[in-house]
Amino acid sequence: MPAPTQTGPADPGSGHTVLDARDISRALTRISHELLERNKGPEDLILLGLHTRGVPLARRIGDRIAAVEGTPVAVGSLDVTMYRDDLRSHPTRGPQKTVVPPSGIDGKVVVLVDDVLFSGRTIRAALDALNDLGRPAAVRLAVLVDRGHRELPIRADHVGKNLPSARSERVSVRLEEIDGHDEVRISQPSGSETGQ
Amino acid sequence: MNRHLLSIDDLAVDDVRTIFDTAVEMHDVQKRQVKKLPALRGRTVINLFFEDSTRTRSSFEIAGKWLSADTINITGKGSSTSKGESLRDTVLTVCAMGVDALVMRHSASGSAKQVSEWVDAVVINAGDGTHEHPTQALLDAYTLERRLGSLEGRRISVIGDLTHSRVFRSNVLLLTKLGAEVTVVAPPTLMPSGIDAWSKDAGFATSYDIDEVLPTSDAVMMLRVQRERMNGAFFPSAREYTVGYGLTRDRLASLAEGTPILHPGPMNRGLEIAADAADAAHSLILDQVSAGVAVRMSVLYHLLAGEEATA
Repeated sequence: MPAPTQTGPADPGSGHTVLDARDISRALTRISHELLERNKGPEDLILLGLHTRGVPLARRIGDRIAAVEGTPVAVGSLDVTMYRDDLRSHPTRGPQKTVVPPSGIDGKVVVLVDDVLFSGRTIRAALDALNDLGRPAAVRLAVLVDRGHRELPIRADHVGKNLPSARSERVSVRLEEIDGHDEVRISQPSGSETGQ
Repeated sequence: MNRHLLSIDDLAVDDVRTIFDTAVEMHDVQKRQVKKLPALRGRTVINLFFEDSTRTRSSFEIAGKWLSADTINITGKGSSTSKGESLRDTVLTVCAMGVDALVMRHSASGSAKQVSEWVDAVVINAGDGTHEHPTQALLDAYTLERRLGSLEGRRISVIGDLTHSRVFRSNVLLLTKLGAEVTVVAPPTLMPSGIDAWSKDAGFATSYDIDEVLPTSDAVMMLRVQRERMNGAFFPSAREYTVGYGLTRDRLASLAEGTPILHPGPMNRGLEIAADAADAAHSLILDQVSAGVAVRMSVLYHLLAGEEATA
């Protein structure tokens, strides 16, 4: 699958910043409000972050919803490694934790949270993974950045920033919890890169 | 990671950690309503068992199925080997059908390695004679780590019929690799020849005195007395073995409270292990069985899912 890297640390000097920490914060606040409005409140909402950077993003959105509504919202994580369609074209990688609320996802509104929406294949894998966990009433998708170049008929319900990009460009998301600071950068590729 | 899993020596400590980390996630799958992952869809795994087995064969079969591989069991009885076909012809025939992995048990030590040289498929040693049983050692160490935390510096005693045990060999290699202080205990007749030199090289201790070892053990692994492998008399009677080396009710009381007890099974209850010990609250024997599926899922996944596994 041809897929230039979309997340992860990059050469700090290359490219330019498209979202700084305040932009990211505002985008997540807006997504949180959109989610509440669309769902008419926090009832039956489950936020599932996709590893790696979707997980802290889901937590942040959960914190914002809790702050607005005064009640906590269920936040978990979903690993899609086993469900990827490119398993055989990469060296094996270890799966990470899938954590869903003890009550399960049946009948709930599950919001998948990821940092970058690109080919759509990660989300396809996530939908398959959800299928093995239960039957949600609805599944929605919230992403920090939608950079286009879809290979599957998948779209996000909530987008922090639409970022038209060339296929060869690299979009790097860095988050405080993992990388020490918040930033989204876009840069030209340097050397060989692999897809996510 | 090596392409095959023939011996614990094939695994670096990092490989073991990777297998354990993935096994933790696989363990969670066992609690799900839908116990199925698509990772090995389209892959074919053959369990080729020339010796009897319940737990190893069925746990490999379940592990393969939960990862969506097509798994088939072939046993010695009822296969063409009973008509006189050679091992080489049998495995070449099976592999000609387009098999991705062979999980093999055979009574001849070294047979798994030999087969790995004949075929393109990934070979996983599920017990070769008295040589090794690497996935058993992995699941034992994984089970112990879940109970004890790190094995670094833990005193682990392996007690029983060492001469005929492949489980013991793999376990000693792995437990010492993970930093445990291993003492092996057996009557002189069941202590393998040449063990003195090996124990010095590998860094484990040997003892003939179970009563001295038990009170200071952080975990006790009992091994089955393998009567089917014994051509002569290795001890005068079952009763005498139990008195000398069995984990009896009295010896159970000499263990520190809550000391984990392991046994790779099948058990000879009343011979090497008393029912009280096997069924004790701190016995991990059934945890070992359940961990077996998770660890074997992890091994199959790492050997078969990635690009390097293309056969």
